[in-house]
Amino acid sequence: MKSFSSLKQIIHSDIRQNLRSRWFWAYSILFGGFVAVMFTSGITESQIIGFVGLSRLMVTFMQISMAILPIYVLISTVRSVVGDRENSVMEYILSFPISFTSYYWGKLLGRFIIIYTPVFIALLGSTIWALITGIDVPWDLFALYSALLASLVFFFLGLSMFISARATSQDIAVSTAFIIWLFLVAFIDLILIGIMLRMRGNPSLIIGLGMLNPLQVFRTGSLILFDPQLTVMGTASYYVLDTVTRGAFIAYSILYPIGLGFLFAWLGNRYFNRNDVV
Amino acid sequence: MENIITINQLTKSFKKTSVIENLSHNFKAGERIALVGQNGAGKTTLIRSILGLYDYDGSIDVMGMNPRTERENILHHIGFVPQIPPPIKMTVGEMLEFFGTLTNTDEQEFITISEKLGLDVQANLDKPFMKLSGGMKQKLLVSFALGRKPKILLMDEPAANLDPKARLILFDYLHKFDKDALMIISSHRIDEVEGLVNRLIEMDMGKIIIDKEV
Repeated sequence: MKSFSSLKQIIHSDIRQNLRSRWFWAYSILFGGFVAVMFTSGITESQIIGFVGLSRLMVTFMQISMAILPIYVLISTVRSVVGDRENSVMEYILSFPISFTSYYWGKLLGRFIIIYTPVFIALLGSTIWALITGIDVPWDLFALYSALLASLVFFFLGLSMFISARATSQDIAVSTAFIIWLFLVAFIDLILIGIMLRMRGNPSLIIGLGMLNPLQVFRTGSLILFDPQLTVMGTASYYVLDTVTRGAFIAYSILYPIGLGFLFAWLGNRYFNRNDVV
Repeated sequence: MENIITINQLTKSFKKTSVIENLSHNFKAGERIALVGQNGAGKTTLIRSILGLYDYDGSIDVMGMNPRTERENILHHIGFVPQIPPPIKMTVGEMLEFFGTLTNTDEQEFITISEKLGLDVQANLDKPFMKLSGGMKQKLLVSFALGRKPKILLMDEPAANLDPKARLILFDYLHKFDKDALMIISSHRIDEVEGLVNRLIEMDMGKIIIDKEV
């Protein structure tokens, strides 16, 4: 009970501090602004591979999110634990009755709320505006995209907290985060897998490797509802859909990044609990 | 008086450098200790170990509990003042609420002490803690430590940033502080705290080299 109370306090404090930061407001305005710009520029009336209306807007929104969210989460979160350690904030805060676990998870959950809420509100705002203006709302897509975005944010938060708990300085934490992000981006495109296929690699193994990358999973998951045959992925789609059903892949694309993020977060917390915290 | 902190064969190393080596000592309730020593003597490491912030070899028992595994229970009884105020981003008002809730202490207790030390809390409620002057920060941190009425008070150079008037008020507070509590004041200079303490412990190279009543 005491732990829950201190966890709540840390979450509350983290949210309050972030609400005061310029970064948070710039980030929130960025996502809200994208939706507004997409509506005003008439994107809902344009068409791409058969997609029109709010689906078209949502797909574009997901592409933007995939480009911005990972690096934003990494850069904004990766300094949290190691930064508090370096500037002695942690020494002081943890001289109060707060368990290491409450401190660590409180930071993570606070960040999750602060990062996910603006993105979700932007997505929700687009559906409300669509309802007002008489555009059809694809609720299944809205539900899937909300879940996928939460899943993506949670994965990168778990990874960031792990790096932050292990890093010995903020510089090392930021550099590590950046390298990991580059690595994941480099392996995102199925062109890479296509090249590997031409090199006569084992296709199942290659697709399997691709599906280990949470960014690739997010991208594929965001395509699967409006493109059930995953035609935009080319031949790789046959391997994916021959291996699992569409429903199973949707579940995987939501649960896998969450699971992986949780694993990283848990490992970071384990390290944090077992070592010097200052 | 009963032992309130029992340290047995405490050893703390950073990489291959040993900062505290096989230190054993009992701290009793009612003792007011000046912990003195040069930089690197091991004073801060000892305090951080008692707070459970370090992983160490040997054992530390605080009021019958392990500071690493029973942190929350122990830290309800410990007030701590660091040497350098950390750059906390919370506002003064948020800190009062945050630490008050965590320690089940009425915020007014903190405000009363801060104001006696010369800090106008109401005028600074919305200011971020990190934007206050060094002295203002220290006054607030002292109030968070004393306002909780702890059984153990750990202070690392608590008067370093205080003006002479605030220093006198702080020392007056410490004089009147719970006689059954344990107070450990870490300092480079004994002359500054000698009027407050009844025991002197001097550390050097991670060992206690002097332990005497004063």
